[in-house]
Amino acid sequence: MSSAVRPDIQMVRHWLAQVPDPEIPVISLTDLGIIRDVAWQDDTLVVTVTPTYSGCPATSVINLDIEAALRAKGIEKLRLERQLSPPWTTDWITAEGREKLRAYGIAPPIDGTAADGRLAGRVARLAGTSNLVIACPRCGSTKTEKVSQFGSTPCKASYRCTDCLEPFDYFKCI
Amino acid sequence: MPSLTDVMTADADLARAPGIRTIAAKGAAPADAFVDWLCRMGDNCLILGHRVSEWCGHSPVLEEDIALANTALDLIGQTQLWLGLAGEVEGKGRTADNLAYLRDAAQFRNVLLVERPNGDFGQTLMRQFLFDVWHMEMLRALQASSDKRVAEIAAKAAKEVAYHLERSADLVIRLGDGTDESRARMQKSLNVLWPYTGELFLGDAVDQAMADAGIAPAPESLKAAWDRTISEVLAEATLVLPDGTFQHKGGKQGRHTEALGFILADMQFLQRAYPGGTW
Repeated sequence: MSSAVRPDIQMVRHWLAQVPDPEIPVISLTDLGIIRDVAWQDDTLVVTVTPTYSGCPATSVINLDIEAALRAKGIEKLRLERQLSPPWTTDWITAEGREKLRAYGIAPPIDGTAADGRLAGRVARLAGTSNLVIACPRCGSTKTEKVSQFGSTPCKASYRCTDCLEPFDYFKCI
Repeated sequence: MPSLTDVMTADADLARAPGIRTIAAKGAAPADAFVDWLCRMGDNCLILGHRVSEWCGHSPVLEEDIALANTALDLIGQTQLWLGLAGEVEGKGRTADNLAYLRDAAQFRNVLLVERPNGDFGQTLMRQFLFDVWHMEMLRALQASSDKRVAEIAAKAAKEVAYHLERSADLVIRLGDGTDESRARMQKSLNVLWPYTGELFLGDAVDQAMADAGIAPAPESLKAAWDRTISEVLAEATLVLPDGTFQHKGGKQGRHTEALGFILADMQFLQRAYPGGTW
């Protein structure tokens, strides 16, 4: 592909915004905030991706999906780069992405509430009752309780609503 | 396999162990010491991750099964970062997979604590808690590493380990301050594992080289913060700190207990039997 027909970066971002997250398909890779950069280096398109959790098995699938989506749009020379720093944070999930999560039944992250290790003793003393108020994505009630620190994927915790009894995932902050 | 005396330290030996001297940075660390130290970080994550993954499908309740599997997954992910960097620094073309699957026990650099068998659910959680507190302090310090790659991995891993620590501390308290049965099991676990915690803070020439280069903190420097969190959580859990000072050592230098050989036999079988096999 010659430089004359290199698709515009905004166009490439638009394409990436249509690639769903493999584990939570209602949100896109751009909603998730893991596409850190898209740039042309001569005739090669370089997409910089940051992993969510270091062991997340979706990472390799995400890379394959990006490649497949861009190849389908006619991109021939493509390079994916991994960027660790700054580490991914749920703060980067877009407002639109959060609304999609809620509609899908996953309580979106509450910014600024990530565990930092310093709180371990204090949080632990609460003996399982979280100091976070997580609204039920189904009925909106704030009478919810944590079932487990981890949920169906590394990025989520298990909660349950004590009003409508719905069990749900909370997208926890990191 | 080392003889029993190789992996045991008499109290007097530990008391005589020289503390890391504070020496001004001498510049770059020797590459072989750096690789060794990176393998220590990676192997701790790999072996503990493997141990924790042994619970998959066997936990007392589904939520715990999922939580343990996710913890193991985080640790294996961190292993890829540490061992990946070890291979890069070594410069001989070895990947994280090569290092994980093709080294024998004497080349592994994990502390003995993480290769301890799982025991019951309480012992698994107690081991996790004792390790998590150290891991959190280590990763916190490493974010100021003079090596940018180390600082970046530490910043990434610290976010995950903060959740491991919250969970393990929470469960140690709930089981310790629980029923007579759960308390007895947690106290027994603490007594059994306590002699494996000293190695985390025992420095050697490799640690010295890393501290000199400003890459990593001297292991001893993490002890005070570790003690504070351990005491706070165990007090809340109504558990009693063991009073013995005997401590095992040797894992960081490749002198392991027989437990590691069984882990490797399980973990490495496929790559040993079918070299280069993929799926």
